[in-house]
Amino acid sequence: MTGLRYVYAVCRPFGAALQAQLIGVAGAPPKLLPHHGLIAVVSEVPERDFAEEPLKAHLEDLDWLAATARGHQAVIDALTAVTTPLPLRLGTVFRDDSGVRVMMEAREDSFRRALDRLEGRVEWGVKVYLDLEAAEAAEAARPQGKAASGRDYLRQRRMRSRSQDDMWEKAEAFSHRLHETLSGRAEDFRLHPPQNPTLSGAAGRNVLNAAYLVPRGNSEAFVEVVDRTKDDAPGLRVELTGPWAAYSFTEFHEEPAKAEEPAKAEEPAKAEASEKAEAPKKSGEPQEPQEPREPQEEDA
Amino acid sequence: MTVVERREIALVDLLDRLLAGGVVITGDLTLRIADVDLVRIDLNALISSVNKQVPAPWGELE
Repeated sequence: MTGLRYVYAVCRPFGAALQAQLIGVAGAPPKLLPHHGLIAVVSEVPERDFAEEPLKAHLEDLDWLAATARGHQAVIDALTAVTTPLPLRLGTVFRDDSGVRVMMEAREDSFRRALDRLEGRVEWGVKVYLDLEAAEAAEAARPQGKAASGRDYLRQRRMRSRSQDDMWEKAEAFSHRLHETLSGRAEDFRLHPPQNPTLSGAAGRNVLNAAYLVPRGNSEAFVEVVDRTKDDAPGLRVELTGPWAAYSFTEFHEEPAKAEEPAKAEEPAKAEASEKAEAPKKSGEPQEPQEPREPQEEDA
Repeated sequence: MTVVERREIALVDLLDRLLAGGVVITGDLTLRIADVDLVRIDLNALISSVNKQVPAPWGELE
């Protein structure tokens, strides 16, 4: 029995060799499948794990998903070192090489356009967290006297909740300013939904979760700008990740996303929610109608 | 304010990109791309982190 084909990315031919020991998903080495002047990077994966039904079941398993995501990323990372890959969504599986070739022919033009647009660009992730506990600790360090009476106590409590609102506002204002600065230095950006603290394990609330598309040559300057955001705002933390392959910028836009910037930047947290809702409707990309999501896990 | 640059990529950052980004390919010749989204992954993360004796906090996720 031959396996299925897992496709990581499509890229243009590149001269350099991939690392010899590179391992992708399911422990398999990636192979290059050239067709019509493009290259699909694929590996053989077992049908028992990657056919539709088992794949669905596996995706419910966080450990399996984590291992597969790491395998996918290892290959994309290696490709990013030698070329500008167009990464595919995790879990893109074909029956055989000829299925991959037919897909490449059908999408040849859009692949070429996307590869042209992304050539030499990388993605940087920037997140801002508000750590209310840390911010409060800093606030509490300021002398405010001991509550002498019940009325004093209530007043102090009211002030504390007002100061939480203040900190939240400060965090949003900070994120807004940071986003304006960074999007001014990037060719494009995406605002992702804030991350769930249970999943990320990160301290504090995620206020901004953005991705920026930056030419490689400008990356150093971009990172420096992020670094310079250090100031004395208590309880705020900025996290930078990257450089990534341009995962967040693979959709095809007629209009540059920057045109929407003011509305979105105004309130990052809320704008992100609407961004997610709009995400499937990008232009130029034939999409299957989305199936209505069934209510799930309610009885679990 | 601190700027943190992580060496090891956090799973959640990876999933932000691998499950929400990347080119989505659909069509007769592909197996249907797995329909997975972060809401469900959140549920799973909670399931595995919540002790079996303790009811999962579904209410918070609605």
